[in-house]
Amino acid sequence: MERDDIYEYSLDTHHSEEEGKKVRRKIWVVTAILTIVTIIEVALGAMVKQSSPSWWIVKLLFIGLTVLKAGYIVLTFMHLGDERKVLKYIILVPYFIFIVYLLFICLTEGLAVNGTWETYGG
Amino acid sequence: MAGHATTHVDSATAWGGKVSPFNVSYGKMMMWFFLVSDALTFGGLLVAYGFVRHATEGAWPIGEETFEALPFLGHGYPLAYVALMTFILIVSSVTMVLAVEAGHRMDKKGVVKWMLATIIGGFFFVGSQAWEWSHFMHGTDFGSVEIASGQYKGYRAIVKGHFGEFESFTVVEGGKHHKKGDVIKEDAAELYHHFRHAVLAGHVKDNQMRLHDGSIVTWKRAADHEMKLILKTDGNGIAISKRTEVTGKEAEKLYWEAVNSGDKGRIIYGANLLNLSEPNEYGPTQYAQLFFFITGFHGFHVFSGVIINILIFLGVVRGTYHKRGHYEMVEKTGLYWHFVDLVWVFVFTFFYLV
Repeated sequence: MERDDIYEYSLDTHHSEEEGKKVRRKIWVVTAILTIVTIIEVALGAMVKQSSPSWWIVKLLFIGLTVLKAGYIVLTFMHLGDERKVLKYIILVPYFIFIVYLLFICLTEGLAVNGTWETYGG
Repeated sequence: MAGHATTHVDSATAWGGKVSPFNVSYGKMMMWFFLVSDALTFGGLLVAYGFVRHATEGAWPIGEETFEALPFLGHGYPLAYVALMTFILIVSSVTMVLAVEAGHRMDKKGVVKWMLATIIGGFFFVGSQAWEWSHFMHGTDFGSVEIASGQYKGYRAIVKGHFGEFESFTVVEGGKHHKKGDVIKEDAAELYHHFRHAVLAGHVKDNQMRLHDGSIVTWKRAADHEMKLILKTDGNGIAISKRTEVTGKEAEKLYWEAVNSGDKGRIIYGANLLNLSEPNEYGPTQYAQLFFFITGFHGFHVFSGVIINILIFLGVVRGTYHKRGHYEMVEKTGLYWHFVDLVWVFVFTFFYLV
């Protein structure tokens, strides 16, 4: 029986041996990047103590590197970079808007609670 | 590459029904929707972590101080173990994407090989996490200490350094199994085990301790090295304005004085998974709660990911997907597996690094 509800998208996700080589090359490059970034993070974490005055730079750097790693995983390993743009943005944009909002609200609130505890005990 | 458009559809046709405007299959679309909702759950958990951490500020434990042990090698290696775990998960993510790539070439052997590697990597990660948990619950040799005298009286400090090994116990008062004058020689770890039990029960006083059988013993042990007390909170658990360290002889004096006080609860070892409202060695109670919940929830994802990978792997081996003409199932389970890796990247940063 012929179904009319599916198969108007491309299931033809095959590629040739040559294209495969290119894809694999890209995979290994991303692997190297992820590994190096992790090594840098651990080395920085071991070198700069949290009590040091320059810690805030390292902290920001950690967050930046994390987002970089996440970007590589999502766009290359999960192939979101190769999907249609509309799909990519429908997944990423609402998520980011919500999480950034949540972060802002909760961290602000956390600091406020801290201030209350310091003032009144808790 | 995955799901790239091979047939071009104009937007009128694309949104007119009977065709996927996103050019992906229903299954893949739903996998992405599921992952977004799951990402919101993890995002919520990590934001909750951020909230508590900001609320407790200086009292919060620092990753590099808490996680510095390696299996077989002891402690003094900050973050090395989690870095290794991170690396294992990244590698297994790579083998997964290689399996997907092999699927695109209809290379069944390649898919089998790389999926198998992914499953093994997954088991390694789950195993590592089990070790990490058991270590976290068990705690350090010193535990944390509530200081008994001096200007920091009542403050709780975490203790760093190398615990001097036990050599022997000498019985000063006989019990059921030992009589006066006996020298008990056992493995250092075994002797330490008796010691910890006595400390927890409040049976250590003035350099003597009571064993299970009721005998009272003194001990002989090597000296502690590089002992350091780190103070972050006052007697009420409120963060003090500046993190303070006590080192050397003064630290040893304060620590052993608390051990020898005979008071129950002065020393706390590790964290209690079964009663999370109990204080833990590392910091505020929320720290252990969040640790178990977040890494546990992630670990559960890894575990279910391994199970799903095994199921798909069996399908690959049986040739189900080859007959179907495409390996999209591998791609879908791959999406889940990469997501697990993605979450770990964030857990690694926010739980361990910063």
